[in-house]
Amino acid sequence: MRTIDAQHITETIVRLCMEANYNLGDDMLAAFDKALTTERSAAGRGVLEMFKENAQIARTQRLPYCQDTGFVICFVDIGQDVHITGGLLEDAVNEGVRRGYKEGYLRASIVADPFNRKNTGDNTPAVVHTQIVPGDKLTLMVMAKGGGCENRSKYKMCTPAEGVEGAKNFVIECIRTAGPDACPPLIAGVGIGGTFERAALLSKRALFRGIGEPNPKPDLQELERELLEKANKLGIGPQGYGGDTTAFAIHVNTYPCHITSLPVAVTIECHAHRHKEAVL
Amino acid sequence: MAGEEIRQLTTPLADADLVSLRAGDRVRLSGVLLTGRDAAHQRLIALLDAGQSLPIDVRGQVIYYVGPSPPRPGMVIGSAGPTTGGRMDSYAPKLMALGLKGMIGKGARSLPVREAMQKHKCVYFGAVGGAGALLSKYIKSAEIIAYEDLGTEAIRRLVVEDFPVIVIDDTHGNDLYEEGRKQYAQE
Ligand code: SF4
Repeated sequence: MRTIDAQHITETIVRLCMEANYNLGDDMLAAFDKALTTERSAAGRGVLEMFKENAQIARTQRLPYCQDTGFVICFVDIGQDVHITGGLLEDAVNEGVRRGYKEGYLRASIVADPFNRKNTGDNTPAVVHTQIVPGDKLTLMVMAKGGGCENRSKYKMCTPAEGVEGAKNFVIECIRTAGPDACPPLIAGVGIGGTFERAALLSKRALFRGIGEPNPKPDLQELERELLEKANKLGIGPQGYGGDTTAFAIHVNTYPCHITSLPVAVTIECHAHRHKEAVL
Repeated sequence: MAGEEIRQLTTPLADADLVSLRAGDRVRLSGVLLTGRDAAHQRLIALLDAGQSLPIDVRGQVIYYVGPSPPRPGMVIGSAGPTTGGRMDSYAPKLMALGLKGMIGKGARSLPVREAMQKHKCVYFGAVGGAGALLSKYIKSAEIIAYEDLGTEAIRRLVVEDFPVIVIDDTHGNDLYEEGRKQYAQE
């Protein structure tokens, strides 16, 4: 049994919230460069250049890459030989978000109630997903998830008869209907299988994979490649101004499902793809 | 689609300039922008519906749909990129009827809004969504002029210099998103 102090979790979350918002990942910067070599639209290339400049300013001046500093989604993988002391896990995460957003000059974007819509003022609470895993480590995965793109995420319960074609059509339909609103070029996290809620979780978790890192299963790798090619033929382009780069990546994760079901969940993520991890 | 040269315009925008703009035109805006997004629009429209006057004069103005991040000490503003314009669709025609001449956001607008833009000679500009750190550099001053309690959603008066935008919807019914997609779609 290994003990981890809640305070240590809080401190780590403070740092991850800031780093995620200021420092876009190298995989995203590489995706911008790669798209610049293939994008035919001049307006589209102009947008990609602005992303690069924006990332540079954000990193050097510690300004958020996007003013929508998002809903904090935190996946916590807890080794089953870990014992957390000195407070509750969720409280520790929320305290980290509270401090990270305040001390980091990040925007508070969460309202306390879906109907009365009063801002909580400190970007809490986070959405925390825990999972027990083997070992004595604790992994914190933080994502600052923008609203504009999240609002375009969708779920469909396909029938088994619709099969892989039905799933493909639905993913492309999600990207088409997201259109310019979700700040393309996009990343789509796709969860297929499980149940209603498991599919949604798979789709979120798929976003934590590095851009351009394919699913290890060959058939899913091929599916991801085909979906990306289709998405980039839609013509939506950077910011929807028209072009060849509508998506940077599509990540598919699957899970067994019931004989009657074919759940498909698509989380839409924008180019402000902000996430960081730490292992305690 | 529009030409390569960049138009320089200063607010308040003149009708002659507005009608000369075409979807796809790149524009650098200077002068005053007012900010407002969901919560501020909701309050403004509630006042109008109750027959009361507004705390701001929208005649000839450009509204920027933005909820900036907090400024660091010594900075004018934090990151300040556009939010999705479509969420303001149910409010926008009422402000255009009062004389609003421009809106800056990202994402598509509904047909009724585009029709109102033709009728009232108002242009919808796009700023690059997610480029908030970069866009903040074109903002020279920021001051809250209404609804301070709304925090990031308060109405601010910004002074901008060469703020980069592109015309999404012009006063003639053209839409950059439709035109751009048609040009590049391979279906
Ligand atoms: S969709 Fe993404 S890039 Fe666009 S405003 Fe929202 S968080 Fe920023």
